[in-house]
Amino acid sequence: MQVNLVNENSVIIYFSDIVCAETTDKITHACQLFRSELSDTLSDIVPSYTSILLSCNLRKTGLQNFVINIRRILNELDNVGLTNLARNKIVLPVYYGQEVALDHRDVSLHTGLAFSEIVKLHTEECYRVFAIGFTPGFAFLGNTPKEMTIPRKASPRLNVPKGSVAIADRQTAIYPSQSPGGWQVIGRTPVDLLDDSEECLSKFAMGDEVHFESIDKQTFLAMGGQL
Amino acid sequence: MALDIIQAGPLSLLQDLGRYGYQDVGVTPGGAMDTHAFHWANQLLNNPANAAQIEITMGPFKACFKQSTSFSLCGADVVVSLNGNTITTWSSWQAKAGDILEIGYPKQGLRSYLAVSGGFTSPKTFGSISTVIRNKLGGLSKKGSKLANGDILPFIAQVQPHSRKVPQQFIPEYKDIINIGVLTTYQFHQFSEEAKKTFFNELYTVTPEIDRMGYRLKGKPIEFAEQSFVSEGIALGAIQIPANGQPIILMRDRQTIGGYPKMGCVCNRDLNILAQATPGTQIRFFEQDLYEAEAELHQEQHYFFKGNGDGND
Repeated sequence: MQVNLVNENSVIIYFSDIVCAETTDKITHACQLFRSELSDTLSDIVPSYTSILLSCNLRKTGLQNFVINIRRILNELDNVGLTNLARNKIVLPVYYGQEVALDHRDVSLHTGLAFSEIVKLHTEECYRVFAIGFTPGFAFLGNTPKEMTIPRKASPRLNVPKGSVAIADRQTAIYPSQSPGGWQVIGRTPVDLLDDSEECLSKFAMGDEVHFESIDKQTFLAMGGQL
Repeated sequence: MALDIIQAGPLSLLQDLGRYGYQDVGVTPGGAMDTHAFHWANQLLNNPANAAQIEITMGPFKACFKQSTSFSLCGADVVVSLNGNTITTWSSWQAKAGDILEIGYPKQGLRSYLAVSGGFTSPKTFGSISTVIRNKLGGLSKKGSKLANGDILPFIAQVQPHSRKVPQQFIPEYKDIINIGVLTTYQFHQFSEEAKKTFFNELYTVTPEIDRMGYRLKGKPIEFAEQSFVSEGIALGAIQIPANGQPIILMRDRQTIGGYPKMGCVCNRDLNILAQATPGTQIRFFEQDLYEAEAELHQEQHYFFKGNGDGND
């Protein structure tokens, strides 16, 4: 682990060079410790694939003290290890019908697999939240099975519909709100992933376990899905 | 008990010092682009440091006070008048019910901060009033919309007996060539000596592609060999070098994570200067000591938050 200064009130910690579930577990665990132990000196925390960016409130602490506390917590993490890490499990219903799987043709052409095969692969895998960003609540989930690897679209869509489930490289994600985007769309979830009435805002957190479950059109519509 | 917006101009936004604690779910902190001007506008009125103001980008802007109040205007060098009488910026004034405030197009600088005594009192979303159009958060609508003609901004009317002015030494001059201090952090050590030399010796120009998210610069390209890079958290002021070698400086509404290599970060003090820079402004970068910059920011926060411990914790 490497602790680097970034700006007047920020520090970045690099945990590994490798994007994998083990790195994600370490980062998720570290985030929990930072949140509880740094309490009001911490103003923001940004976990990602292999790193955590932490910002402090300079009215509560100085940068040097902040770094000392971070190093102490990282030592604790090393000593305690990764036992007893509770993991949030999310099952997300997805309608994979052709009218919402906007890129089903391209995905089949590129992978050489029938779309039903893509759906099977996509729903069989258990994913982890590797990072959250791009737009509020946009979770980068990995890894997708090798066979369905596909690059981003050469030119991004101006408007990807809300709830679109998409793939790119070895990752999958859901667009929580309508936005521009370059991922290959293979389905749509009727579940609202953003909740601006609650303090949590996003359904996902770093490290969560995510499964997709195929639903038919009727169920999708009954759950409030929009075509 | 309100300010009626007659002419909102191209981009006027309700802002405070930002929305903290939600970057882990992808929500940008946002907040006033030029915190130096923002802090002084509140300070002149003895407002809490985080009291919401209107950030007026460019102008023109016109509004009517529906109630007597004190107000202040800091930031860009603009012609401003109250009922047709010219008044100075970086000052506070009293307005009577029915008074019309008019702010013109900036002669220098880009953003003006209009504060009223006590601050504008719109409801907060996730702890802040800051408007982030891209995230559809904050502002009068709570859905991230910019201010429009006819909007009515509530405040609690309080009149301060005296007009005040910011001491001259704290009023910045917005020049055509600016020096910007860089904290050489992030991937700085991974850039070649040649790339570092280019970065610090060449002049870079502010392009028309500037917004609250980022400032795109143009100049001699900075080379970086390694192209694939794992996305990581982006700090305020981060200087990204994309494949074309032209720097992008990440501002208040930046995305929370990204995968470009970074030369380091612009120090907080000079981000405020940059936030007032218009296209064509030339930039010379210099190395800024991190702990000196931290001490300066700490001192500034201590000064402006003193005695009104509210804020953006």
